Amino acid sequence: MNSSSIIKITGTGVAVRGNDIDTDRIIPARFLTKITFEGLGAEVFTDDRKQLADKGETHPFDQEAHKNSSILFVNKNFGCGSSREHAPQAIKRHGIDCIIGESYSEIFFGNNVAIGVPCLKVSESDIARLQDKCEQDPNCEFSVDLYTLEIKANDLSVKAEFPEGARQQFMGGTWDVTAELLQNDSEITSTAEALPYFNHWK
Amino acid sequence: MAKNLYNKVFEKHTVKKLSSGQYQLFMGLHMIHEVTSPQAFDMIEERGLNVRYPHRTFATVDHIIPTDNQARPLRDTMAEEMFNALETNTAANGIEFFNTASGKQGIVHIIAPEQGLTQPGMTICCGDSHTSTHGAFGSLAFGIGTSQVRDVLATQTLAAAKLKVRRVEINGTLRPGIYAKDVALFIINRLGVKGGVGFAYEYAGDVFDNMTMDERMTVCNMAIEGGARIGYVNPDQTTYDYLAGRPYAPSEEKMNDAISYWDSIRSDENAEYDDVVIYDANNIEPFVTWGIAPDQSVAVNACLPSEDDFSDNDKPLIKEAYEYMAFTPGEKLIGKDVDVAFIGSCTNGRLSDFEEVISLIKDSELKVPASVKALIVPGSQEVRQELISKGYDKIFEDKGFEFREAGCSMCLAMNPDKLIGNQICASTSNRNFKGRQGSSTGRTLLMSPAMVAAAALTGKVVDARETFSIG
Repeated sequence: MNSSSIIKITGTGVAVRGNDIDTDRIIPARFLTKITFEGLGAEVFTDDRKQLADKGETHPFDQEAHKNSSILFVNKNFGCGSSREHAPQAIKRHGIDCIIGESYSEIFFGNNVAIGVPCLKVSESDIARLQDKCEQDPNCEFSVDLYTLEIKANDLSVKAEFPEGARQQFMGGTWDVTAELLQNDSEITSTAEALPYFNHWK
Repeated sequence: MAKNLYNKVFEKHTVKKLSSGQYQLFMGLHMIHEVTSPQAFDMIEERGLNVRYPHRTFATVDHIIPTDNQARPLRDTMAEEMFNALETNTAANGIEFFNTASGKQGIVHIIAPEQGLTQPGMTICCGDSHTSTHGAFGSLAFGIGTSQVRDVLATQTLAAAKLKVRRVEINGTLRPGIYAKDVALFIINRLGVKGGVGFAYEYAGDVFDNMTMDERMTVCNMAIEGGARIGYVNPDQTTYDYLAGRPYAPSEEKMNDAISYWDSIRSDENAEYDDVVIYDANNIEPFVTWGIAPDQSVAVNACLPSEDDFSDNDKPLIKEAYEYMAFTPGEKLIGKDVDVAFIGSCTNGRLSDFEEVISLIKDSELKVPASVKALIVPGSQEVRQELISKGYDKIFEDKGFEFREAGCSMCLAMNPDKLIGNQICASTSNRNFKGRQGSSTGRTLLMSPAMVAAAALTGKVVDARETFSIG
């Protein structure tokens, strides 16, 4: 439906370091009282950004050099916590097209697939190289290839992991699964009717 | 071949294998609330789709509802707009809505079991990660994002990958003063917040066999905090007794049919698992979190860990936790002042949680000191009514607690109940994340209702077993 094929993503990178960065840090719950996802991009990492600013430091998302970065480098268990899609939406609406990290929480990963943002996995040593690289050279252009599962930047080349099913979905432009789910209407009916509780045991 | 419950229920609900290798899974029950559904309704409308099986979707309002006054229109215009959107969307699509006027409104994970909607052998989903709670009944319950809410509205199915199953077995008897919340925090402490990624947790052994449904829900609720997307307990007589007579449970005539289905989906005696861990109930203490992730916890009398106890990779997070919480390695939490005490949430907002607290505080001479704001927030309007009919609201108020209306309240502060500045809150909720309770510098200590009650009455972190002479 709304899907389009996503095979190669290029852009500059931004690193947000740390394990177990949860969805409340990505977008605190108090910003969710609205009925659309609009405006979330501006509020991504809002508390972390403010707290660093108060200490006289600058969050990577506020650094001028990373203003237009579209590839996000993270560490372990990124996106743990809530199932709120507001978190990936906030990141995407800030301008991120692809996330590279050591690992992700499951719901966060799935939510990103559903909105067309691939989250690739790389090793601990490779993420360190990628994070160092984008911090040392904010203008460095990275390319992420879902066909070869390689991430390249100048002389650097890193191998990534990505579940085959999700890879096929991005390459074929079928990451928005609603259309495929709708196709199996008669199987949905028969599965439902075979369930003893389907009509509230009536 | 001997199978576990996860595989049996998964297979029964599989519509088709998808081109991605995932499975299209039929959802027996879909719960929705005001935060994660409005965008999903917009999406199906944009695509010209209808709700496939409105009679298998139920709605409530919980996250944004104020707990001091639920009168409409809500004072917060944004919250009112969300309430309105849910009202409009459910009415337009023929979905039953347990709104604030129904007497059945409450936290989604409290009301679905309370109404008998949650049953064994079902697949259940909701746009909220704590949907794992419903696994207490032997169902497979998934927290999902808004795009998946759209898919479930449109097709009553979602695309799901098959998980591995880890059996988490705890044998023996819990000592006095040790509660289901301590069991949940203990498991997360041992297996870590990333330990469950890729797994469903089957909770088994004496401790779970002997638990009430409410207690099983408390543990399953926090499966997600250990990274496991779902957690479950095999259904048994305790489950069936809980369900009998509830509004949406099988009628008396159908109960035998239901029980034969429920028995059939239990894990077989010699079922296989991808992993098994076994613990002794004797090793479980009253647990308190000290940091910013739910696995950063200690037994209440223990010293806070040294940074050297952690791997180099985890050290930055530990350092960050100490800095945020303003605690020091080696010190104890005992004696630390608390500013706020919160008893409620989908983890510990059920009737039995409050009854347990009442049994402890009613004969105590202690009262909540002026320095502490202590909130009792029932998980549902029905829980609230029960407490009132037993006169417990008066006891709470006499002791200095505020007795509130039903809602999510201070668990995530999408309503007026929020921490201020760097206040410390003793909380029965499930997450101690930075900024979780509404202040970007607010601090959360997760613990059991008994421990929060003791903290409320003394104004400090204390061992509830001493405060209330338990055991």
